Amino acid sequence: MSSAVVSTSAAQGRPFVFDIEDVAEPCPQPSGEELFPEARPPRRVVPGAFKDARLAGVTPASRLAVRPTPEMVSSGIAAVDALTGGLPRGCLTEICGPASSGRTTLLLAALAAATGRGEFCVVVDASDALDPQSVVAAGVELDRLLWVRCGENLPEKRLEQLLRAADLLLESGGFGLIALDLGDLPPQTVRRIPLTTWFRFRRAVEHTPTVLLAVEQQSIAGSCSSLLIKLGPIKLGSRISEQSTDIQFPAPTHAHLLTELEITAELVRSRLDRKPVRSAEITFASKTAWAG
Amino acid sequence: MFACIFVPNSPVAAVFRAEPELRARAVAIFEGKPPLEKVFAVNESAERMGITPGMTKAQAELCSEVTLRPRSLLQELSAHAALLDCAQSFSPCVEDAADDTAILDLAGMESLFGSLPEIASSLFRRTADLGLDANVAVASNPDAAVLAARGFSGVTVIPPGKESESLGLLPVEVLFPEKWKNKETERKKKEDEQERESSHLLETLERWGVRDLHALAALPEIALSERLGPEGLRLQQLARGAASRTLVPVEAPAVFEEAVELEYPIVLLEPLAFLLNRLLEQICARLASRALSTQELRLTLELQNLAGADPQLDTFGIPSESDESHSATQSQSPAQHFVSGRQSKFCRTLGLPLPMLDAKLFLKLLQLDLNAHPPGAPIVKIHLAAEPARPRSAQGGLFRPPSPEPEKLELTLARIAGLVGEARVGSLELLDTYRAEGFRMRRFVGTTPETKPQKASTEEKTAIAALRMFRPPLRATVTLENGELVRVVCSKKKEVQGRVLWKVGPWRSSGDWWEREAWARDEWDIALQNADGVALYRLVHDLLGGGWFVEGTYD
Repeated sequence: MSSAVVSTSAAQGRPFVFDIEDVAEPCPQPSGEELFPEARPPRRVVPGAFKDARLAGVTPASRLAVRPTPEMVSSGIAAVDALTGGLPRGCLTEICGPASSGRTTLLLAALAAATGRGEFCVVVDASDALDPQSVVAAGVELDRLLWVRCGENLPEKRLEQLLRAADLLLESGGFGLIALDLGDLPPQTVRRIPLTTWFRFRRAVEHTPTVLLAVEQQSIAGSCSSLLIKLGPIKLGSRISEQSTDIQFPAPTHAHLLTELEITAELVRSRLDRKPVRSAEITFASKTAWAG
Repeated sequence: MFACIFVPNSPVAAVFRAEPELRARAVAIFEGKPPLEKVFAVNESAERMGITPGMTKAQAELCSEVTLRPRSLLQELSAHAALLDCAQSFSPCVEDAADDTAILDLAGMESLFGSLPEIASSLFRRTADLGLDANVAVASNPDAAVLAARGFSGVTVIPPGKESESLGLLPVEVLFPEKWKNKETERKKKEDEQERESSHLLETLERWGVRDLHALAALPEIALSERLGPEGLRLQQLARGAASRTLVPVEAPAVFEEAVELEYPIVLLEPLAFLLNRLLEQICARLASRALSTQELRLTLELQNLAGADPQLDTFGIPSESDESHSATQSQSPAQHFVSGRQSKFCRTLGLPLPMLDAKLFLKLLQLDLNAHPPGAPIVKIHLAAEPARPRSAQGGLFRPPSPEPEKLELTLARIAGLVGEARVGSLELLDTYRAEGFRMRRFVGTTPETKPQKASTEEKTAIAALRMFRPPLRATVTLENGELVRVVCSKKKEVQGRVLWKVGPWRSSGDWWEREAWARDEWDIALQNADGVALYRLVHDLLGGGWFVEGTYD
């Protein structure tokens, strides 16, 4: 006798625990007999589980087709890999956070790791914000990176261009990583993307070796994203803080250097495991390209 | 053994190749300057209706069921080139015997293509695939093969030693092939002389009652040479199938061009796409027959009335509803106009990153390109040329990382270029300069030389802080106190404003002072306190222009 938790209990707000052997078969297709329900043979009802007739068609979790765990690839930052297990292939991953929270740093690290593996990557850049010097400094192979720069003035138009370009790229296939950079678009504009679009993207990328990455200010894809990494406000590194707060003996201005930034990442959601994720947080440091 | 491919009535065959829908109809081809145009060639259906070569165009027009087409030397040249391509796809030793005849040496070909009848059938099929209705004959010597191809329709294989028997049934007219005159005067004179001699010989043979090759072969040799000279003996040798000579092989130039001259100018892109599809299919079939691909397609459109006198000018270039919903462009050379007299030429070059051979893909790319760059005037002539290239060879691997399929990628890039603009999609290339935005976009190629995947290093790699650019840079108002930055306000972006918490700089740089685009600037990295918290920005002071700009944010 074993028990299982059915995950279809969202409407009820609590899980239903019941015996697998006693689970009734799924409802048959409506037929002439359906008109006379009293004529059917009585079903064995599990006490406490099938009092509600709406649950008669529930399939036990053990009989559900188990989706294979997606392959995880490195995000390029060891701390993030330790937190999330990497970035899943064939899934949508969201990286959200405010300005200066380290979203682009994480994106470029993932691009560098992907191009380092010999994969081709795309950045669909809604705000035309990619800095080539930073891309090179992060170690991205330029030959393997396709950059699509949306060029309209209105954010709505740029968003439209991004979505259409993303559709075409997902249809084309063959890319190891497709990044949709919505980081500088106003959240109220980005929220206009219908959920069906994200469902479509998720379906398009499913069963492919592509990592679909969305960089934004706030999470917008809802349940379509398999992984949601939230980045917190940036913290200036200890060395800088010490220098800047040393009021009595201020160092010459030109001696200061933006050398270290501390990025805080929180794993808000992961649908990769069949259990609710425990929110976890890490902090890692990044340095500027000229810091040596 | 030798094979001969003969295209009967080649001017009509060239028209049928360009317009296959005309095959079922009566067609007459005319040439000459108006109003003195005369019928030049006709097909069987037209002949049955009483249309004969030499009639004036006006006379032929009286028969409403006959379709009249002007003679197109370009189409005939393309058909001839296709004939040679077909022959060369079977044998390296090909003689270009005439505009409508190609002879192949089949020595050693049986091990590759099967028995002689199989080779002949394959040749017949291949010519049909290239849009030509040809006769194919195989014989032990070239001339016998030519005569059999001229005389028998379809596929004929003459076993060695049976040439005289097989050819004997043919009329003597096959010895005097019909020559389609070209416009060059010198060649025309020679051809006229040959034609006069041929008609004289034919007349003599007819007077003697010699109607077929069997009768000619049976004539006594000495008496024949006394009356007709060496030419008579040569004809008798041909009739007996006993002539022997070596082939004069030609190296067919690798020129793949197709053209179509339009009776009426085309105004919309949809009918143009229809014609382009046909030309592309012909070119691709020719390239495939030579086991080649192409890396560059050149489209030349001859336009009418570029000056704008034509009222149709306003409507031209508007894509139809069935066209791609989003206009698209290619990363190609800009359109070029060459004006000559009343007509002008519009050229587009479709460069491909890799050799490809897919007519549908080429058509889509050309459509997207023409949508983005409409010719701007009605089209009267279409010329399409393909630059041949060796097909790409790539070794696949189970453990290689995924890469986009080149054909699909090319189409996707063309469509995205139509969305965002040609110059806004591609891969990055850094320029050797310290100037801000010192980069350029270049074409993205989905295949790069194989590089060994980097092994994960044991030591932990620190992430590099990235800059997000504001394009164009945001103009800012900066408050200074005692020469120090105190406050930054950016009117265009509300969140970029606040008290300067921390700053480093200035980092001064300048360059290009020897050019008109000289630049000099001071850079600061600043931390601003705003409503959401602390954000890091790069602040730039343009020393030449005098303005302050927020160039980007560290993210």
